[in-house]
This record gives sequence, C-alpha cells and structure tokens, in this order.
Amino acid sequence: MRKGLFSGIFLGLTLLVAPAVAEEPGVIRLGAAVSLTGKYSSNGAFTRKGYDLAVNKINAAGGVTVAGKPYRLEVIYYDDESTPARGAQLVERLIQQDKVQYVLGPYSSGLTEAIAPVTEKYGIPMVEANGAAISLFRKGYRYLFAVLSTTDEYLRGAVDIAARLSDDPSKLRVAMAFENDPFSQDVREGVLADMKRHGMKVVVDDKLPPELNDMSATLSKVKALRPDLMLISGHDKGASLAIRQFADQRVNVPMLALTHCDSARIAENFGLAAEYALCAAQWASTLTYADALFGSASDYARLYEETYGEVAPYQAAESSAAVQVYADAFERTKSLDPEDVRDALAETRMMTFYGKIEFDETGKNIAKPTVLFQVQDGKYVVVYPEEFAEAKIRWPTPPWSER
Amino acid sequence: MLDNLALLVQFPAVTVDVVVNGLLIGAIFALAAYGMALVWGVLNIVNVVQGELVVLGGYVTFLLVQAGMPPLIGVPVSAIVMFGVGWVLYRAIVFRVVDKDIFISILATFGLAILIQQLANLSFGADVRSVDAGLGSLHFLDGMVTVAWVKMIAFVLALAAGASLWLFLRHARLGQAIRATAQNPRAARILGIDTGRVYAATYALNAALCGAAGSLAVMAWTIHPYMGLPYTVRSFMVVVVAGVGNVGAVVAAGLGLGALENLAGFVLGTEFQIAFVFALMVAILVWRHWRAARRREHLK
Repeated sequence: MRKGLFSGIFLGLTLLVAPAVAEEPGVIRLGAAVSLTGKYSSNGAFTRKGYDLAVNKINAAGGVTVAGKPYRLEVIYYDDESTPARGAQLVERLIQQDKVQYVLGPYSSGLTEAIAPVTEKYGIPMVEANGAAISLFRKGYRYLFAVLSTTDEYLRGAVDIAARLSDDPSKLRVAMAFENDPFSQDVREGVLADMKRHGMKVVVDDKLPPELNDMSATLSKVKALRPDLMLISGHDKGASLAIRQFADQRVNVPMLALTHCDSARIAENFGLAAEYALCAAQWASTLTYADALFGSASDYARLYEETYGEVAPYQAAESSAAVQVYADAFERTKSLDPEDVRDALAETRMMTFYGKIEFDETGKNIAKPTVLFQVQDGKYVVVYPEEFAEAKIRWPTPPWSER
Repeated sequence: MLDNLALLVQFPAVTVDVVVNGLLIGAIFALAAYGMALVWGVLNIVNVVQGELVVLGGYVTFLLVQAGMPPLIGVPVSAIVMFGVGWVLYRAIVFRVVDKDIFISILATFGLAILIQQLANLSFGADVRSVDAGLGSLHFLDGMVTVAWVKMIAFVLALAAGASLWLFLRHARLGQAIRATAQNPRAARILGIDTGRVYAATYALNAALCGAAGSLAVMAWTIHPYMGLPYTVRSFMVVVVAGVGNVGAVVAAGLGLGALENLAGFVLGTEFQIAFVFALMVAILVWRHWRAARRREHLK
C-alpha cells in the first residue's frame, strides 16, 4: 500500500515534470483488480498474464504516442480474492488513492457487474475481457467496453450451421438442456431468437439443476424424440456429464453443440466418446486473425507459451486484446482526459489477433463471432465461422452402432 | 408435462429406460445410505460429511487410473483407503461428538464437509473428473433401453454389499458387537466390548462403503470437489424413509428413490427433480408422523 502511495506521488511528479523534458516517455497507468486467490484464481492468473504480455510487448515496441508525446504503459494490480464486494472496493481505491484513470476488467461476469457501477460513478473507462453476461450491457453503462462476445452469442453458430446444412430449416427439431443459472440461460435466450426466426421446433427444453449429478432423464427423452440438433450448456460439469452419458446411453443426435467443453477437456478425458461434439469458444490459436503487434493468433500462442511455459488459454488472449484496445484508443485520443479516452474507445474499429473489435452503443463487441470447434480425431478443430475455419464440419454424427 | 406423460405411454421402451437408469443410480444412493444408517443407528450421529466421503472415494479411483491402474481395481482400493480415512476421522474428530446432542454432531460433520471440500479443491483442483471404465453399454429394444456396464456392476455390487453387511452384522463377532453397542452401549461395555473400537470400526466401515460408492460414481458419472451434497441429501432421505436398523429397507428405499426421481425428472422436467426429492421427503415425514400419532391414540 505504501508502495502504491509513493508511486502515486511519483506519477504526479513525473506528470508535472513531463512537459519540461519532452523526450522522456511519460507513464500511463492502468489499474486492475483481478482474482489471484479464491475460486477464480487460475482464470484470474490467465487474465493478468494476458494483460502483462500485451503491456510488455507494447512498451518494447516503443509504447504509445498521445498527441505527439511518447508514453509507456503500466498496470497496478490488486487481488480481489474472487469476491465481488472486494473487487468494487479495490477499484474505488485504484481510482481514489492510486489516481488511476483507466481500468482493465476483472475475471468473470459477477466481478465485472460489481465493478462497473464504480467506474461509471467516477466516469472512468473500463475495458474488460472476461465478463460476458448480456445483462452487463443492458444497464446503459457509458464507460464499459468488452472485447469478447457476449454469452447469448455462444451457441448461435451451431443453430446457424444446422440451418445451413438443412434443406428446410423450419423442419429442424431441437433439444435443449441448459443449466438453471444466469450464464446458461443467457445462452439459451440467444439461440431461441434464432431458432424462432428459422421456424425450428423445440422438442426438449430442460433446465438442469446446478447440483446436477445425472442427466439420464433428459437423455431418455432425447432418445425418444430424435431431434436433429441438441444444445447443452452447464459449465464444465454439464459438458463432462453430457459426453459421458451420451456415450453410455447411446444417444443418437446428428449434431451436438455444447459450451465449456474445451475447459472440461472432453477430447482429452473422454476419447472417442467426445468425437463430433461441437464446442463454443471465444477464441482459438488456429484462427487466421492477425495484427501488427502480435502477428497471427498462432504467433500470439507461441509467444505466450515461450513466456509462461503453458498453452495460451483464450482468457489470456482476450485480456491481451483489451490492452491493445486501450493502446489503440490512446493513439487516437485528443488528450489523456478519461472522457476523451472514452470517446476514442467508443470509436474503436480494429483487427487484432483475437478478432475484429468494434463496440456498439452498449459497449459490447459486435464484430467478432464466437468460434465453434469440433472434436475431430481427438483434436479441437475450428469449423465455424467458415471463413476462418481450418476444416469442414463432420456431419451428420453417425449413430453409435457405427462408431 | 402432459406431453412427457404421453411420451411415456407412446414409447413404453422409454419408460423402461427411465426406470432402469433410475434404479441403477438408486443403487449408488443405497450404497452410501447403508453407511449413514449404520453410523446413525450406532453412534447416533447424522453424518453430514457422507457425500464428501463419496467424492473422496471417487478421487482415489481417479488417481489410481491416472497412475495406470485398471479402473475396476479402484472399487476395493477406494474402499480400503477410505476405511483408513474413516478411522482417522473418527479418532481425530468424530469421537468427540458421540453421545452429544444431535445438533452438535450435525454441526461438526457439516464443518468437516466444508473442510474436506476445500482440501479437495486445493489438492485436486476444481476440475470435473471422470474415469472411463471402458466397458461400453448393453442395449436392448433397438437402442431405446441402454444400460452402461459400469452401472450394472454398481448395481450388483450395491446389492452384494448390502447382503454382506447384513450377514456381517448378524454373524461376525464385530458385527454382533456393533449391534450390541447400538442397543445399549453401557451394557456392552460392562460385558467387555471395547465400544470405542466398535464406534471407530463402524465409522470406518461407513467410509469404506462411501469409498466404493464414489469409485463407482466417478466411472458412471462425474465428480468434483463440491459434488458431495447430492449424495448426502439422498443418503439422508433414504435413511429417513427406511429407518436405521434395516438393510433390506435401505436397498428398497434407495432403488425406489432413484427410479421415482428419474421419472419425476422426465415428467416434470429436470429443474424439478431435486424439488421432487425434497417434496417426497416432507410427504413421507408427515405421513409417518400422522401414522405414529394414530398409533399413540390406539394405545391410550
């Protein structure tokens, strides 16, 4: 805390002295409360690594230039202990004591929801990369920007593919099993509108309980009704259980799409049982997106792996992209006043290794579609969106008697 | 809801599938419930940590498979390891709450449950784990009725465990000592039974049964550190219905609960499956209270 105070004074001094020594780069300080302990500690660590990777890369490339003057980026971190109340408190402290004027988001929708009212109150912009709940963007926040796709987008790709593969989408019958929690119900809401537009018929619409330990009742129903498409969302446990029980109960559905199957590691854990499953995800290192800073998505993945010795998760990729969005806005802003930076952020229109970024008036990124992987021969292969896909979708899934 | 009922009539095979799968999950509940009934009857403790013992048993099997052992070996190994864990738990903590007020034992075991959850989260991570037993499924009636082999094995094992438990309590020396202690600990002590040892053995036996149940659960379903509660609730429910002194009733209640629960999930939708379990429990308690009141009236 003392250190924070001193560096705050130091920052004040540098800012005062800055005009005199015009060639010395100034410092732009960003603040973030991320979960370094508690239930989000692993994803919180990914978030921080993503931020750090981008900040270091930008600084190494000469930092950013605001109105002709060079600046370096720096981030002040606090640990929010995975609790929303603590997150809000820490962001208040970042703004009030550390005098941070630009905030990077925390990990998870819940934390973002707690922090957004604070940044809003002080008129401080927040670019976040790990809060996808659609409810965040229905509150009329002016200073909130998100680089990732919102939850309602997750499985829309699957409905889109199913419609494209069929001669008459209005004949398609869909089974849905979504956990009874805000995330999965957002996902459900997103696909319902699309299915209605195509005239598809919902034949099963189960809400899985959060303490789910068996889904055989739902799957028996699916076996009887033989839908053309099955959509499932229930975090890691829903994805794992679905793959296990689809195989055990020999449920035959031509197309199965899920969320969280990459984080549940279904291909690694379930082998053949996971084949043909479609998995919604925010980003994949095999996409053909690219930018000037990091190069292509696979270049980013390589750099991340060299730096941290682990495979790049999408949580880190989107976090890096959030820093890139700030850097881009700083280059375009009239001044470092938070209000001017906000206006520059609102006009963002850029391509990154993570995908295209463009915000609508609510602050969510509308330019990047979610990605669908398919498990093909034990690997996650991008099959959607088609223009960035590595391989064609394998469809229809053969019945168990032929697998 | 009506369409779902119609579906059951229209496809009798589906009804069979739902009931059979329900019976099989019920067998796992019964396995965990034997131990709870035993501990409740002998130590007079409602063992809220039951589900966590099941989950720990699952992790033992998971770790064995990670180390390259065949999954089915996990069932006896988990039972043995958990026997040890149960013994240690008893000697370290649980013995302090025997003969105390029932609320103290509930609080103590609830605390243990939270502790074990957090320790499991720290040591194994929050990831969802499952083990592929690699046995495939039986299927009948054009694939409409499917039974995973591992669930079949679980079913047979649960019944076998019930039978051996019954025989053990009836004929083995330790089993007789357990029953004697349950009936009257003071008299048992006077007759030379080391009741402390009997209590420890009972608690360890419970943990072993949970271990076996967990080992089967990780093969048939999935586990994660916070998965214990459904098993605790189901065991509790089974024991409430079956009573503490009757192994046969525990089997029947476990299987019945599994089948009814699965049917309810099918007809009412999965969101009401757990609500149904609780509603059923309340109904049974009310009914038993009413019946007991009537009997008292009779005696007057």
